[in-house]
Amino acid sequence: MADTHSNSATSLAIITTAHHAALDARYGYDAFSIGSFTFTRDEYFVRVSYPKGTYVSDVGLFLRAMMRDVAWGFFYGWVNFDEVFGTVNHYGSVDVFVGSYNAGYKQAGTDFCERFDANALHNCFHALLSDWTNAGFDPFAAPLETGSPYGSKKGNNDSAVNFQRELAERFVGSAGDTQLRTDARGFHVNRQFADVPQDEPVVHTEPGFEGQLSAFNLFSYLSRSPVTWNPSVVSVIGQSAYCPTSEEHILPILHGNDRVEWFIQLSDEITWQVADKNTAAPRAVITMKAGDIAAMPADISHRGYSPKRSMLLVWENMTPGLEIRYASGELAPTAAEF
Amino acid sequence: MSTATRFASIDNFVKGGVEIIGNDAAPRYLFSNMFEVARQSRPWERVVVAKNLEFTIECARAEGDSPWFLSSHDETCLVMQGEIDIHFVALTEAERRSSAAPSGAVRLAGAPAGTKMGHVSLQRGHLALLPAGAAYQLRPKNLGVVLLQSQQGPQSLQRWAQICQH
Repeated sequence: MADTHSNSATSLAIITTAHHAALDARYGYDAFSIGSFTFTRDEYFVRVSYPKGTYVSDVGLFLRAMMRDVAWGFFYGWVNFDEVFGTVNHYGSVDVFVGSYNAGYKQAGTDFCERFDANALHNCFHALLSDWTNAGFDPFAAPLETGSPYGSKKGNNDSAVNFQRELAERFVGSAGDTQLRTDARGFHVNRQFADVPQDEPVVHTEPGFEGQLSAFNLFSYLSRSPVTWNPSVVSVIGQSAYCPTSEEHILPILHGNDRVEWFIQLSDEITWQVADKNTAAPRAVITMKAGDIAAMPADISHRGYSPKRSMLLVWENMTPGLEIRYASGELAPTAAEF
Repeated sequence: MSTATRFASIDNFVKGGVEIIGNDAAPRYLFSNMFEVARQSRPWERVVVAKNLEFTIECARAEGDSPWFLSSHDETCLVMQGEIDIHFVALTEAERRSSAAPSGAVRLAGAPAGTKMGHVSLQRGHLALLPAGAAYQLRPKNLGVVLLQSQQGPQSLQRWAQICQH
């Protein structure tokens, strides 16, 4: 079934004008404007002003969501900061919306959406994230592993904000590709994975075949992730990408799928709250324990809760244009039927 | 608070599940557990536990030496239980042409006659590359479970109704 939101959105003009930043002397942070949106923060809250109203959010929640949106280049499909505000990636352009996928806002007519050139919006969001993230607060870290996001302007934490996820082109550790995580590279075993074996596989290659065989300890690799809810890419088969990640506390966004995505729970447990992508109405709760496997259909949004740091293998299909084939109804939203 | 990391195995797993709240149906989530799948499978059946158009993740019960497999594209093997050696043989061009399928793994009739490339020795959590065009055989040292990242092919078994929550 065609998505009426997407259909209406396709007629939106793309705004290419760069953002504007101006100091708000009350708290020491810049206020940012792009298109019809203005973003301001105080000691506790973010306010987003738009032509039909104002959206308010806790600044910690907002910065953690913004961190993922920026670091993932707007990701696949919908990055909902919550049930009201978020972005939709059209791969080259990006929608910023308030209430466009919330039944209440739609009914009241207070929903609003504008489309931006992806680079212009990324520059704005990155500048905002850099300015609003104080020293000692890492929006990628689990809450127990970082400082407070609150208060007036106090330095910055650009080393955290500019953290780059590692994206293997074929296979981690193979020639010319991304490297293993080691102490020497600054990747130390996380406190909650201290019991994960760190031994590496034995790779024995016959003469003449050097460099053609490759293996590594994925669980060690994940145990050394310094961040949460931030998939890396470790192996790519055609357009099939293994994107494992370590998870703790709450996924800071509700990810709205523009394609089918799979979760393989490698260790511990995550509970997923699943909602309708277009209305935010609850649809399901999925509890995944070690060894469990589940698909996220292309018509839902999901948010995960991981009480202990856990290992999750996210499996993505990176085929270009897939979002259009799902949105048009050419592909069913589910991966298989029985 | 305990921070012990919880892994699972064929003999020790606890399955979660799907609770429907709104207008939805549990089968859409294709919820299964790899250890339950392996427990119900014959050795080296490649049961599709995840599918994304032509791409698959296949679960196999690793018990006894596997057949020799070959794929025209890369695959990977993630060991989720057990200790497993994987041996690789470079086929002759003629062997590759006569054996390979355009997608997925094929099962060779017997041991290939090509040149030994080497082997990898894996334990739980280890991920190995199965390079395109190299025949491979998995030799578990004990009962194991593996996940194979591949594409749908002649060895891919789809049993959604049997493995997924209804």
